[in-house]
Amino acid sequence: MASAAVSTRQRARSGADLWALLAIPGILILGAFFLLPLVLMALRSVTDPSPANYLVLTSSSIYVRVLVNTFVVAGCCTVICLLLGYPYAYAMHRAGPKLAAVLTIAIVLPFWSSALVRSYAWLVLLRENGVINGWLLSAHLIATPFRILRTNTAVIIGMCHILLPFMVFPIYAAMRRIDPTLLPAAAVLGANPFRAMRKVFVPLSLPGVYAGSLIVFIVALGFFVVPALLGGPRSMMFSELIVTTVYELLEFGQGAAMAIVLVASALMALAVASRFVRLGDALNYGSR
Amino acid sequence: MSPARLHPLLLGYAIFLAFVLVAPTLIVALMSFSAGVLLRFPPQGFSWRWYGYFLGADTWTRSIETSAEVGAATAAISAVVGTLMALGLVRGRYRWPQLLNGLVVGPMLVPPVVIAIGLYFMFVRLHLVGTYSGMIAAHTALALPYVVVVVSSSLRNFDRTLERAANSLGAGPVRTFFKVTLPLILPSVGAGALFAFITSWDELIVAYFLSTPAVRTLPVVMWGAAQDTTDPTLAAVATFLSVITVAFLLIARLLGYRTRAA
Repeated sequence: MASAAVSTRQRARSGADLWALLAIPGILILGAFFLLPLVLMALRSVTDPSPANYLVLTSSSIYVRVLVNTFVVAGCCTVICLLLGYPYAYAMHRAGPKLAAVLTIAIVLPFWSSALVRSYAWLVLLRENGVINGWLLSAHLIATPFRILRTNTAVIIGMCHILLPFMVFPIYAAMRRIDPTLLPAAAVLGANPFRAMRKVFVPLSLPGVYAGSLIVFIVALGFFVVPALLGGPRSMMFSELIVTTVYELLEFGQGAAMAIVLVASALMALAVASRFVRLGDALNYGSR
Repeated sequence: MSPARLHPLLLGYAIFLAFVLVAPTLIVALMSFSAGVLLRFPPQGFSWRWYGYFLGADTWTRSIETSAEVGAATAAISAVVGTLMALGLVRGRYRWPQLLNGLVVGPMLVPPVVIAIGLYFMFVRLHLVGTYSGMIAAHTALALPYVVVVVSSSLRNFDRTLERAANSLGAGPVRTFFKVTLPLILPSVGAGALFAFITSWDELIVAYFLSTPAVRTLPVVMWGAAQDTTDPTLAAVATFLSVITVAFLLIARLLGYRTRAA
C-alpha cells in the first residue's frame, strides 16, 4: 500500500505517464468513427438548411405520436424485463454451480445473438399461420388464429427477449455483492424468511435494479430491427422514422435533427436516473 | 448457497424462462432442415435443400465472404487497439477519467441508428460508403468497447508482483510485457477479439447504411430478403448466422474461465 502511494507520487512528479499514452490509438478511432460523426450530425441538424429542421417535429402529429409510442414501448419493456428478470437473477444467484451455468448461458446467448435472427424467429412463431397459432388451433384452445404481428404486443415480446440480459446482469451482480451472512443474521434476530427478504435482501439489491432498468430503458429507446420486422404503422418507433426520413425521403438535415432529438431523450432519461444509479454498475455487463 | 434452498416454484420458473429464451432460435433451426416448401413446425421430413439454395446462390455466398472479412479485420484491429487502450485506462492516470470512460461506453449506449446515419453522412463525403475500409472502421468503433471492457477486467485482477519480479530479474519493460503480461492476459484478449467478431458479424444497421450492392454483409442481405418473404432459405441463413455466433461465444467463455483460473 505504502509503496503504491510512493510510486504514484513519483509518477505524478515525473509528469510523463507512459501507460496513459497506450490509450491514444483507441481514443483516435472512437473519436474519428464515433464522436466526430455525431458532432458533424449535430452541426448538420442546424445548418442543412437551417435550425428549422427541428420544426419538422411539429409539422405533423405523427412525429409526436411515434416519439410517445417509443417511450411507452420502452417503459413497458423496462417493467416487463424487471418483473421477469428479478426472479431469474435471484434463481441464478441461489442455484448450484451447474444450474447457474445453464441459466447464465441461456441469458448470455440472447445477449450476443443477432436481433435480426431473433426477430425473424418471432415472426415465424407469431404469424397468423405461424407455429404458435398452429399449436393453439390443433389443441382446440382457440377457434380463430390470433393476430398480434404488426402491434405493440409483438414488438414488446421481441424486444424483451433481447433486452432481458441487460436487466438480469446488473441485478445478479448486485445480489452477488450482498454479504451472504446478512440473511441468517436477520433470521437469528427473529425475522421470518419473507421479512428478511423484504427488509434486507431486496433493498440491498436495488442498485442493480436501478442500473438494469436504466440500461433497458435507454437501449429500448433506440430499437430499430425488432419494430421494423414485427411492428406495423401503428407500433412505429422513432428509429424507424429516422431511417425513413434519411434513406427514403433523403431529408438529411431533418433526419439529423430527429437523431439529435432521440439522443437528447436518452440523455434526459440518463440525467434523471443518474440521481439513483452509479453508472459504473450499469455498464459492466459486457464483460460477462 | 445450496441448490436445495431454491424454492421449487422459482426453480421451475427459471428453467421455463431459460427455455423460452433459447426456444425461438432452436425452433427456427429445426425448421431450416424441413423437406417441405412451407415453414412448419414440427418440420416435414429432413433435408439440406434450403442450405443448398442458400449456399448455392451468389448473393448469399458473396455476403458471407464480406461478413467474414469485415469481421476478421474488425476483430484483429479491435483486439490490438483495445488491449492497448485497456492497458492505458487501467494503468495510466488521466485528468478526466470519466470523460474517457464515457467515450468507451458511448457506442454501447447511443442508439445504433444514430451512429449509423452519423457515419453515413460522414462517409458519403469521404467516399467510404460501400468500401471494406469504411465498414471495418465503423465496426471497429462499435466493437472496440467490448475488447476494452473484457481486457480491463482481466488487467484489474492482474498480480503486478509478477512484473516486478521479472523486472528485478533483469527484464526491461518491453520484454516484461511480451514475456509476462501479455501471455497472462492473452485469453481475455482472445475472448475480446471473438466478441468483436460477433459484434461485426451480427451488426445490421450500420452495415445497412454503409453497404452498396457490391459490398453487403450477410445480415444486410438477410434483412432485404426478410422484408418480403419468410421462406425456409431464411431459416437456413438465420441458423447459419447463429451457429457461428454461438460457437465463437462458447470459445470466448472457455477462454474467460481460463483467465479466471490463472
